[in-house]
Amino acid sequence: MPADDATPWLDPDQTPLIRFDGVTKQFGSFTAIDDIDLSIYRKEFFALLGPSGCGKTTLMRMLAGFETPSAGTITIGGQDMANIPPNRREVNMMFQSYALFPHLSIYDNIAFGLKRSSMPKEQIGARVDEMLRLTRLEQFARRKPHQISGGQRQRVALARSLAKAPKLLLLDEPLGALDKKLRQDTQFELMDIQEKTETTFVIVTHDQEEAMTVASRVAVMDHGKIIQVDTPPRIYENPNSVYVADFIGDVNLIHGNARSLPDGLASLAWAEGAPEIMGTAGEGLSASAPATFAIRPEKVAISVERPTDRTNVVQGKVHDIAYLGNISTYHVQLPTGQIVKAQTANNRRLSRRSLTWEDEVYLSWTDTAGLVLAG
Amino acid sequence: MNLARRTLIGIPYLWLVLLFLVPFGIILKISLSDIALAIPPYTPTLDLSQGWSGIRDFIAGLDWENYIFLTEDDLYWRAYLSSLRIALISTLLALLVGFPIAYGMANAAPEWRPTLMMLVILPFWTSFLIRVYAWIGILSNEGFLNQFLLWTGIISDPLMIMNTSTAVYIGIVYTYLPFMILPIYATLERLDASLLEAAEDLGCSRASAFWLVTVPLSKSGVIAGCFLVFIPALGEFVIPSLLGGSSTLMIGKVLWEEFFNNRDWPVASAVAIILLLILVIPIILFQKNQERQAEAEA
Repeated sequence: MPADDATPWLDPDQTPLIRFDGVTKQFGSFTAIDDIDLSIYRKEFFALLGPSGCGKTTLMRMLAGFETPSAGTITIGGQDMANIPPNRREVNMMFQSYALFPHLSIYDNIAFGLKRSSMPKEQIGARVDEMLRLTRLEQFARRKPHQISGGQRQRVALARSLAKAPKLLLLDEPLGALDKKLRQDTQFELMDIQEKTETTFVIVTHDQEEAMTVASRVAVMDHGKIIQVDTPPRIYENPNSVYVADFIGDVNLIHGNARSLPDGLASLAWAEGAPEIMGTAGEGLSASAPATFAIRPEKVAISVERPTDRTNVVQGKVHDIAYLGNISTYHVQLPTGQIVKAQTANNRRLSRRSLTWEDEVYLSWTDTAGLVLAG
Repeated sequence: MNLARRTLIGIPYLWLVLLFLVPFGIILKISLSDIALAIPPYTPTLDLSQGWSGIRDFIAGLDWENYIFLTEDDLYWRAYLSSLRIALISTLLALLVGFPIAYGMANAAPEWRPTLMMLVILPFWTSFLIRVYAWIGILSNEGFLNQFLLWTGIISDPLMIMNTSTAVYIGIVYTYLPFMILPIYATLERLDASLLEAAEDLGCSRASAFWLVTVPLSKSGVIAGCFLVFIPALGEFVIPSLLGGSSTLMIGKVLWEEFFNNRDWPVASAVAIILLLILVIPIILFQKNQERQAEAEA
């Protein structure tokens, strides 16, 4: 992939906007952030993804200035952020609870930050109007926060945090309080606004779909460490660990012992007497060590006849069928007792369902469809 | 509307009629009567055995004489004004003392809050009268405060606090402080900490975040606390008579003296009716504030 404006992290000449250097944060004896190095570039939409308690919120609060690192340095735009309080940072945050001031109108909420800045009065009005237009809130300017809907409040919070045109906008679970339909619409709105304003966005979320949808790059975190930083497709297709493979999306995991093969392939001995599974070798895989084969259900084909054109074929019995409308997921039990999921798209309406419970079926996949990961 | 609902709504109204309107009517009637050396000590009394002529005589016997008397003797309006002044200043002092305490409580570690709350409520476990008497022991010329200050050498002569309006202020602020602290604490405790972070994030210093966010958002608690102190302080009788001596003029004390020293029930009733009318205004304002707050939270 060539480095260009859309992928600044691949260009060694680019200087990152934000740099974490060996940052650690401890609360008493609890280590919330464990020696993190991370670079985030200008105009990126960067997602911090992880389960609750993984440290993603702490990382964001350190960028906002509400927490100071116990060790290491954070620089924003080349400036060391130690001892710079939140009100002197060109960083604004959109809070999970929105934190709208209940005693102020929507207009005054958005103007709040501008009134604290050196901006002349007559420009403040124009800027607030611009923000109201951007978030389609013009007709609600005079209302109080409790007089508008949840989705509108979310947009007020966004408008307020963007009003001062910060170098960096932090979004803490920005869509967490919205229902699913509204959340999906708002994700695209967020991306539009990010492109229009050319602001660097850092979003914290525990929702992997949300992270995959909006972000240019995703950092998957666990126990205060960053496990993998990559683009959404690479995170999904090339997870560097069993943890990431399991955390993002649906995956079948088969444990066994790995053996390296030429051309970046590897094979996994997983059950006595069964043929070895072939797959792409993952990062840091060492020969004849415990390993895990990871394959996404949609890459596993299911058929009644034994396929002849695929490297990996296993036989099993249909244990369960989950019909999800657009796709169906078959849970197939192998003779070893292991359940492997296979997904097929229901791309024909009212097609005859040839498979049913307890049917003997074959599962198959190509030799590059899955990954053999260390551990 | 069915009977069950009418009954349900009727109960509080019945309560109001029995315990407020009926006594109010009786006092209003006495205030329109004349003093008499009799039991009860006023005239006319309703004599229903006389039939219609009895009722006519009764109504003819009522007049506004006592209210006119109140405007003629300057003792009464001076007492009203002095009560208003003392109640206002005490409310202000209670706010100045109570707000920092409530703020400290709301910002204390959560495990400490029930204990602090207990400390605020604890004085209510002792009789109000005993607590006011205790202040006599503290404030009098030979009291603990003067003894302590003389012992430390800060003063060479005892301070004259007892029987001055200062003692009354101390007594009222001390007694009604919990009524100031609790509503303010309730609003401050509910205050979302992320609002202050948002204010800082948008460029406020800690101090300006306090003025722009904490203070306006605790307004309803401050208003509620002020009324809860002002309303009882205006009619206060025990504190000025025990701590204020003869020099402190308060309408509650005048009322007591009219009833029990002069046995002039009609004038005392007129004083009470006027006091009630003065209090109706702040009580209505207080209700308005509570309604607005309930609306904002809905």
